[in-house]
Amino acid sequence: MNTRAIRAVVKRDLVVVMGSKAVVLPALIVPAILLILLPALAGLAPILLGSVSANDMFRVLEALPPEASARLSGNPATQAAELAVTYLLAPLILIVPVMFATVLAADSLAGEKERGTLEGLLLTPLRDRELIIAKLIASWVPAAAIGFAGATLYAVVANIAVMPQTGRLVLPTPEFAVMALWVGPTFAAAALGAIVLVSVRANSTQEAFQLGGVVVLPVVVIVVTQATGVVLLSVPLLVVSGFVALGVAALLLAAGSALLSRTRMGERLG
Amino acid sequence: MPEPPRDGPILRLDRVHKSFGAVTALADLSLQVGAGDVVGLLGHNGAGKTTTVRLLAGLLAPQQGTVRVGGGDPVADGPGVRAQMGVLPAALVVDSRLTARQNLRFAADVFGVPEDGLDERIDRMLADFDLADRADERVGGFSSGMRQRLSLARVLLPDPSILLLDEPTSALDPVAARQVRRALSTLAQERSRTIVLCTHDLAEAELLCDRVVVLEEGRVVADGRPVDLAAEHGTGGIQVEVATPDIARARALLADASPGEVDRDGNGRLRTTGIPRDTIPDLVARLVAADLTIYEVRRLDPSLEDVYLALHASRRGRMYPDPDPATAVRA
Repeated sequence: MNTRAIRAVVKRDLVVVMGSKAVVLPALIVPAILLILLPALAGLAPILLGSVSANDMFRVLEALPPEASARLSGNPATQAAELAVTYLLAPLILIVPVMFATVLAADSLAGEKERGTLEGLLLTPLRDRELIIAKLIASWVPAAAIGFAGATLYAVVANIAVMPQTGRLVLPTPEFAVMALWVGPTFAAAALGAIVLVSVRANSTQEAFQLGGVVVLPVVVIVVTQATGVVLLSVPLLVVSGFVALGVAALLLAAGSALLSRTRMGERLG
Repeated sequence: MPEPPRDGPILRLDRVHKSFGAVTALADLSLQVGAGDVVGLLGHNGAGKTTTVRLLAGLLAPQQGTVRVGGGDPVADGPGVRAQMGVLPAALVVDSRLTARQNLRFAADVFGVPEDGLDERIDRMLADFDLADRADERVGGFSSGMRQRLSLARVLLPDPSILLLDEPTSALDPVAARQVRRALSTLAQERSRTIVLCTHDLAEAELLCDRVVVLEEGRVVADGRPVDLAAEHGTGGIQVEVATPDIARARALLADASPGEVDRDGNGRLRTTGIPRDTIPDLVARLVAADLTIYEVRRLDPSLEDVYLALHASRRGRMYPDPDPATAVRA
């Protein structure tokens, strides 16, 4: 394995993507809304709004698993704030790694075609396998790292907002930790697999992003079902969903890698 | 990669066929290039030059026939083949979002250029290609000529033994193009590098190449030393300078004697090719008989351009025969 060449491709892709406003600006704005603004507003709602309807809260609180409701304390307004940041909004942290994996992989793979640099890359001594590994590292590692950093930021903001009311740290819960450390990275890997697959046909970053953007949908479903109380994610359920995502990622990456052979890409150079 | 054969060709294509869907790019193409040779690949757009380069670099696999580089299969032994090969494709190889220095550093890392003295080597390449003062600027702000020079620097940085260059001087100004030709000439003559040069610049091919191969529709239609091809296919031409009022009559007489076009240069001189040497006295006699004011008549030696145009005209004649005059009038 040519580790020096792999490192060079990873470094080049990171330098290129960090210099791209089209990537960096959404990367700052979306997490700022999802991971700072929303938990801050939810956590401060009892203070900002004065009170919360006790009847509404009782309905939501009754739906909680006993081990989850046992963790909540204080008056209904405080419990509502804690419930919002620890359960209902917490899956938002999954959107960030998935979104970043999608954007970075689309830029890294289809972007080479768009910028006209793919042929130059194919003409290097890198093996097909090394090239794909480099591209995966350049996309997955930053996505997972940013996802973890985003989760940490979310926890800090939520604790700052809620701690004055509860008198204790409310995050991380076991569910939150599993989401941050296991589900986020595995969902990012699945997103990466989808982009690898669509990059075979896509001729531009935008096209790859649109084709592969569908991978964000499962995360949106999780966020919505959790936020509306339809399904409350437990640790076992989260662990299983991570394994499912990992399996999907493996399948997609295997299929995509087979299609991304040098001669296949050479045929599409035009 | 296997050891290259000592005496055999270092690049070899045997009866190669390659098509893209219904379009045939190469048809039964055979070509050999010896170590240290400088070979020009000539041909119109779509003649098969780029496909040939991509096959040699292992970016394409032939549907029929075999391709060998130094005895190795460029697809199966791709990394080994490409490690000793510098390819300048028609599309530039540099990344516009990196600086010139970052682009060279990247090439050094992926081609495994030794770290020892690498920074100095990169500085030297930047200076050689007149890019030292823009080394740390992003390539996106470079002119097309600067990008072309940087692409060449990137290709030459690993010091490859085989160079496949697709139009290396196409975007360059005359001074930079001359520098690049000198560099290639040095690489060929002093360092025995094998060079395949795809070009539309026939004067460049004549200047640099030991041998030229003319492709047409994926086939070799001529192969040999420029001087031999000129002697075989070229007929030379004639250049005439007459007084301005006589230009139209002189042009008509030349057009009558020549199978090709009659061109007029910026100084008013008329030139045409395809005129056999033994017919020139008769043509001159007709010019004199026409009572033209003649300042100069000069015979032009056959050039590679004559060869290329003659070959193309004969192929074109077969592909698109001149229309029957009667039909043409009706049309």
